[in-house]
Amino acid sequence: MIVGAIAFYLFAGMIIASAVMVIAARNPVHSVLFLILSFFNASGLFVLLGAEFLAMILVIVYVGAVAVLFLFVVMMLNINFVELRQGFLQYLPIGGLVGLILLIELFFVIAAGITDPEVVALASAPIPPLSDLTNTEALGQLIYTRYVYLFQTAGMVLLVAMVGAIVLTLRQREGVRKQSIARQVARTREESIEIKTVTPGSGI
Amino acid sequence: MSAIERTFKSLFLAELLSGMALTFRYMFKQKVTINYPFEKGPLSPRFRGEHALRRYPNGEERCIACKLCEAICPAQAITIEAEPRADGSRRTTRYDIDMTKCIYCGFCEEACPVDAIVEGPNFEFATETREELLYNKDKLLANGDRWEREIAANLTKDAPYR
Amino acid sequence: MASLWQGYALPGIIILLQILAVMLPVMISVAFLVYFERKTLAAMTLRRGPNVVGPFGVLQSFADFIKVFFKETIIPTGANKVVFLAAPILTFVLAMIAWAVIPFSEKLVVADINVGVLYLFAISSLGVYGVVMAGWASNSRYAFLGALRSAAQMVSYEVSIGFVIVTVLLVAGSMNLNDIVEAQRTIWFAIPLLPMFVIFFISALAETNRHPFDLPEAESELVAGFQVEYSAVPFVLFFLGEYANMMLMSALTVILFLGGWLPPFDVAPFTWLPAPFWLIGKIIVLLFVFIWVRATFPRYRYDQLMRLGWKVFLPASLLWVVLTAGVLVTFDWLPA
Repeated sequence: MIVGAIAFYLFAGMIIASAVMVIAARNPVHSVLFLILSFFNASGLFVLLGAEFLAMILVIVYVGAVAVLFLFVVMMLNINFVELRQGFLQYLPIGGLVGLILLIELFFVIAAGITDPEVVALASAPIPPLSDLTNTEALGQLIYTRYVYLFQTAGMVLLVAMVGAIVLTLRQREGVRKQSIARQVARTREESIEIKTVTPGSGI
Repeated sequence: MSAIERTFKSLFLAELLSGMALTFRYMFKQKVTINYPFEKGPLSPRFRGEHALRRYPNGEERCIACKLCEAICPAQAITIEAEPRADGSRRTTRYDIDMTKCIYCGFCEEACPVDAIVEGPNFEFATETREELLYNKDKLLANGDRWEREIAANLTKDAPYR
Repeated sequence: MASLWQGYALPGIIILLQILAVMLPVMISVAFLVYFERKTLAAMTLRRGPNVVGPFGVLQSFADFIKVFFKETIIPTGANKVVFLAAPILTFVLAMIAWAVIPFSEKLVVADINVGVLYLFAISSLGVYGVVMAGWASNSRYAFLGALRSAAQMVSYEVSIGFVIVTVLLVAGSMNLNDIVEAQRTIWFAIPLLPMFVIFFISALAETNRHPFDLPEAESELVAGFQVEYSAVPFVLFFLGEYANMMLMSALTVILFLGGWLPPFDVAPFTWLPAPFWLIGKIIVLLFVFIWVRATFPRYRYDQLMRLGWKVFLPASLLWVVLTAGVLVTFDWLPA
C-alpha cells in the first residue's frame, strides 16, 4: 500500500508543519487558519485508520464549530500578538512542565507497546471485529455500555461549564424595552384600530 | 380569534403559506414589462428630451440670438455668441449646449419668443464619450431637421393649453 | 509497468472521469439555475426577466459568465492577498466535493461511504470559512460585518440541522445515504417527520445564506456583504459555490426527507423513469421553493434571526429528537 503510506506521511507532515506555524505565525488569524489545517489533516489520519466516524466528528465539531468561534474572537479582538510574546519566557517553566508530562505519557504508551506486545494487539483491535460492525456502531456500543458513566460525567462537566459561563455573563439591566413577538403577532384589528366620526371643527 | 386558533395558525405557518400562495398566483398574471428597445411607452407631447434648433419652412433658422434662453438657463448650459449677418439680420455664430449640464427643465423652450430652441421627443442619445454631449449649433440644427415633424406635431397638440 | 497501469493509473483516470461527470453537470446547471431564478423571480414580480440572449434568454448566464471572466481581478490594497484569494477557492471546492457522496441512483454515486450524512454535514459546516475568510481578508467594513453575521448565523443554524439529521438517522438506522433512501421505500420521511422537514428546510435557507436569511450579503444594508471587494474570477467562484451549495442543500433535503431517487409510488408508470430523473426532479422542485420563498418574504432582522435559530428551532428539534427516540423504543420500531 504505497498510496496509504504516502497519504500517511503527507497528513502527518502537514500536521506537524501547520502546528509549528500555529505558534510561529505573526498574524493571529493565520494561526487559527493553520490550526484548522492541522485539524483537517488529523481527520485525514483518522480516515486512514478506518475511523471515518471520528474523522467526520472532528471536522464537524472542531473545525465547523470550535475553530469558527476562535476565528470569530481573534478577528474581532485584533490582538497584538507581538506584545503578548514579550512575556514568553515568564511562562516557559509552566509550559515546559506540561510538555514534559505529555512527553512522559507518550513515552509510557510507546514503551508499553514495546515491552508488552499484547497491549498493542488489545488497543488496535476493535471490540467486535470491523467486518461485523461499522466503527460508528462499535463506538456507540463501547461508549454507551462500558464507559457510560464516564461519558455522562463528561457531558455533565460540559453542561456545568456552559451554565457557569451563562451565569457569569448574565446581567439584568433595568429599563430595557424588549420586543414581545408573540404579543405583536397576536394583535388584532379590533384592539388596535378605532374609527371615530369626527364632526368638523370640534376635534376629537 | 381565540388563542387556540392563533396557536394553530402559527404552528402550521398559515400566514407564511398564504403569502406564498399570493406570489404563486402572481406568477401567472399579465406581465407589465415593456420589451423596451422594440416596444416603447407613450410620450406626452410636453415631453422634454433632446434639444433641437428649428428652422422656418423656407429653411431660414428661427433663432434670432436674443439670448433669453442663455439668461434663463438655471444650469448655465447654453452659450451663445451673435453677429449681424451680411443681410443685416441678427443671427448666432455660436450656439452651444452642454448636455452634461442640462437639467431638462424646459425653461429655454418657454423663454424662446420664436419657438427656435425646443426639447424634442428623443431620449435615446447616449454617447460613448463625454465630448459628444457638448452640442454645437450644427448638431442642434441637424437635430431640428431630423425631428421637425414630431416636434411640430407635438407643438400643435400642446398649443390649446398654452 | 503493467501493474503500475493496472494498479494506479487506470483507477486514477476512472476516478478523474467520475469527478468530471459530476462536476461539469453541476457547474452547467448552476448557469441554468441562475436563469431559472431570474425568470421565476421576474414572473412573480410581474416582469419578464432575461429574454434576449438565446431562445427565451436561456443563454443569459453564459453571457454573464463570459463577461465576468474578462474583467480585471481587483485585489484591494491592505487586503491579505493569500487569504483573499483562498476564500473563493475554498467556497467553490467545498461546494463541489460534497457532490461526491450524493447518490443519483442505487449504483450511481462517486463515493458510497458509510458516514455520508456526516460527510455532507461536515462539508456544509465548513462553508462558513469561505465567507469569514473573505470578509476578514478584504479589509473592508461591509465585508467584515457580513463575515461576522454569517459566522454567527451559520453556526447557529447548524445546531438545529444537526438535530434534524440525528432524527432522520434514528429512523433510518444508518448514516449511509443510500441506506437512508432505501429506508424510505414505504413512506417518505417528510410525512412522519413533517415538523423536522420544515425546520430543516428553513435552516437550509439560513445555511446557504438565502433569502429571507441573506443577512451576510444583504444588498440594501451591506452592499454585498462579504463579497463587496470581489470581482472577476474570484467573484464567479463565490457565485458558483453559492448556487452549487443551494443545489446541494436541496439534494440533501431530498435524500433525507423526500425519498432521494425513489419514485413517489412504487408502481408501473412511475418506475419506468430512471432513478436519477426522480432525484433531479425533486431537487428542481425544492430549488423552485427556494426561489419562491425569496420572492415572497422580506429579510429577517438580525436579532429575530438569532431568536428563531436558538429559541425556536433548537428546542423544537431537540424535543423532536427525544420524542422520536422515545416512540421508536416504546413501540420497538428501531431499525435493525
